[in-house]
Amino acid sequence: MKSRNDRYLAVMKGIEKSFVGVNANEGIDFDLRSGEVHTLLGENGAGKSTLMNILSGLYTPENGSITIDGEKKTFKSPRDAIDSGIGMVHQHFMLVPTQTVWENVALGLKGLPFVLRKREIISNVLAIQDRYGIHVDPLAPIWQLSIGEQQRVAILKMLYRKADILILDEPTAVLIPQETRALFATIRQMVAEEHGVIFISHKLDEVLDISDRITILRKGRKVATIPVENATKESLAEMMVGRKVVFQIDKTLQNPGRVVLEAKDLTVRGPRGRISVNGFSIEVRQREILGLAGVSGNGQEELCDSLAGLRKPEVGSILIDGVPLEGEPARTFQRRGVSYIPADRLGTGLVTGMNIRENIALRKFWRKEFTRFHIFVHWENIAGRTGQLVERYGVLNPGLGYPARMLSGGNLQKLMLARELSDDPRAVIAVQPTWGLDVSATQFVRETLLEQRDRGAAILLVSDDLEEILSMSDRVAVIHNGRLMGLVENPDRVTEEQMGLMMAGTRLDEFSPQDHESGKSPGKAVPENHEIQDPL
Amino acid sequence: MRYRILFKKRYNSTFLFEGFLSLLSVIAALFFAGIALKLFGVSPVRAYAAMFRGALGSWYGVGEVIVKAIPLIIAGVAVALAFRMKIWNIGAEGQIYIGALAATAAVRFLSTGNQFVMLSTMVAAAFLGGGIWGYLAGFLKARWNVNEIITTLMLNYIAIHLVEYFIYGPWRDPSSLGFPMTAPFPASARLPQFFDSRVHMGIFAAILLIMAFRLVIRWTRWGFEIRAIGDNPKAARYAGIRYGRNILLLMFMSGAIAGVAGMVEISGLQGRLQHGFSPGYGYTAIIVAWLARLNPWGILIVAFFMGVLLVGGDTLQIVMRLPVASVQVIQGCILFAVLASEFIRNYRIQIVKRERE
Repeated sequence: MKSRNDRYLAVMKGIEKSFVGVNANEGIDFDLRSGEVHTLLGENGAGKSTLMNILSGLYTPENGSITIDGEKKTFKSPRDAIDSGIGMVHQHFMLVPTQTVWENVALGLKGLPFVLRKREIISNVLAIQDRYGIHVDPLAPIWQLSIGEQQRVAILKMLYRKADILILDEPTAVLIPQETRALFATIRQMVAEEHGVIFISHKLDEVLDISDRITILRKGRKVATIPVENATKESLAEMMVGRKVVFQIDKTLQNPGRVVLEAKDLTVRGPRGRISVNGFSIEVRQREILGLAGVSGNGQEELCDSLAGLRKPEVGSILIDGVPLEGEPARTFQRRGVSYIPADRLGTGLVTGMNIRENIALRKFWRKEFTRFHIFVHWENIAGRTGQLVERYGVLNPGLGYPARMLSGGNLQKLMLARELSDDPRAVIAVQPTWGLDVSATQFVRETLLEQRDRGAAILLVSDDLEEILSMSDRVAVIHNGRLMGLVENPDRVTEEQMGLMMAGTRLDEFSPQDHESGKSPGKAVPENHEIQDPL
Repeated sequence: MRYRILFKKRYNSTFLFEGFLSLLSVIAALFFAGIALKLFGVSPVRAYAAMFRGALGSWYGVGEVIVKAIPLIIAGVAVALAFRMKIWNIGAEGQIYIGALAATAAVRFLSTGNQFVMLSTMVAAAFLGGGIWGYLAGFLKARWNVNEIITTLMLNYIAIHLVEYFIYGPWRDPSSLGFPMTAPFPASARLPQFFDSRVHMGIFAAILLIMAFRLVIRWTRWGFEIRAIGDNPKAARYAGIRYGRNILLLMFMSGAIAGVAGMVEISGLQGRLQHGFSPGYGYTAIIVAWLARLNPWGILIVAFFMGVLLVGGDTLQIVMRLPVASVQVIQGCILFAVLASEFIRNYRIQIVKRERE
């Protein structure tokens, strides 16, 4: 049992905030004691981020009060909140990529002299690093750092400002397991130093690991605040979703068939001309899900774009059913039965200003059955088809003529699945297909993908959620910096440690248990015990 | 107690609301232009009354309004087509000039007494000429991603000067007493006029184009591609729609249609190519397309309204002895009001009471 301090760092009472038509926060009470980790748990859209954006001064609540260290406060801007000792580390760290670590830490500090005292700032930074066990080179420019390191800079920045209250918004979403452990060690150190940490997450295992108290939000309301001792994974999930949740994916064994989707020595340049995929080879067979793990931004997007025919590879070949297609227009890939579910639903996968029919038509309108006299779109056929698909995939919608932006996140994803999976595709490339979805929508997406697998599709599943990759895939490949780090034939046998090492840039054939230190910085975070991923 | 103004993002917008906004911006524009008129020393109410009487008080006036509306409708469709794909073709003016130049070339070199053949040849020449002029900018955009706003604008000056070269030089009518214009076209190269007015057959071309625009955007595959690129270029790329090819085709078509506006203007009205035959129709067309919110029938209505403004402006000059610039002031006010109304279109403004502690 940890010692409990009864000093309240922050008390929020009756917080209310609404956005156009949606009550994001309805009368929420929340408090934070010094020396504790208080987790905010809830599905996307439950109101976690809204509540924390209010505490960090980004939003003004319509009702309710905020008391910081016994004093009532009204924040007009994030600046006010920082002055009161509240620091928030957002999911997207707000750092200047071209500047160095110490410059980013100094940026926006109050009362700095005109000429910065570099040495003084750096020595302060190093002192904080030692105290909390966060290590980053203060002289390195931000753009050279990995996402995990950038996160440490964002935390450093807040600690430098002497933030008593640290808000971490889904910090583990971008980390490999080793980095997550290092982060947790830092959090424990901060708590030991009487800081209060608010941890936002929806990953239950982590929440149970790090928290002292847990507050569960659902649909803008508070469900309960409970000490971690009284919580189990099942009870948390039930409170979060509002009904019993079964943690299980029914996966039947399948015999994979012929190779459908194949990349050979693929090298692809990214949007800024940088080589993003470097000599990458992969084979996806019928009736199998090949998981591609990796920290996002390591070339996954460019790889998938090129496999779907949207980006021409620099070198190498792409074969669909043995036919080389590199250099062909995207529509040829579609004709050959390659479906693509991009990560960015709103920005890429759908046109939110167009109605539901038009969104179904988006990647089908050129087909014969949807064309009249060669130049016209056969809208009646599209409408008929849309009606069927919406029914079959259970897309809740106000009407087929309404713009897609009126659908919720889960229904948008169902709409995209309906379009991409409806014509028995040969190969499916699914990138982050469950990102940001609630539990039931996530379940639906996973089941649908497994159905496709059992039907005979070759599925490439890209995700930075390791748990998803390991539980869904028949084989797992790992990508780092555009290169293939290894191919795991049996995902049940691989440890999280090994996955983490590969995601951090060590080749599978390079490491044996004793030479962990050959890897990069995450080597520091590797603890002694190797736990085996529990088969789901 | 204190009041606060909140701006909230607006997500849905109805057709009616859009129309209302256009009307509102016109009213606001007339109000601000009224202030300008007041500064000219004229009563705005009297000035507006004179304008509308001049434009709509007689059959002659109405005829003139239609005559002005014709090139505005055609060029309006041209730019609206490009705008639908979020390609900012502001080069309609130059494309009008090149269209007229090409039509004149057809008259000079392919002259025939058969009116149908002559007119068809002229339309084809204007279509091709304007199309090539638009294609140039489209090519630069598709190939090297050169900003089309700049290229189309620059091409306007080149086009206008090119026309001037011909009408001051090789094509000048020797009997024009030095005026920069070509010889009058033969009767076969003139679009018929009717109703004992200057209203010419171009009006049918204009209405036909409006209908074609609607047909293309609503019902064709190409129209769907245009809308997809315009609404979300990334999604369009994902859908396998080819961006570069569409820009080339679109800029060609946009320029071609504007070119036809030039042909219609000189063949239906002026009967020759002359200096300054288009008083900025290509630019006014941008206002027309925007005020119409790219809606086909909206273009018809707005072009007519602009015609009223232009004809009424002439009256204003004659009756009120105001300079030409006064009409341009009114037009400028309208453009400003339209741009300002974009904000209202995108945001809801709420005034809320807030209690202070």
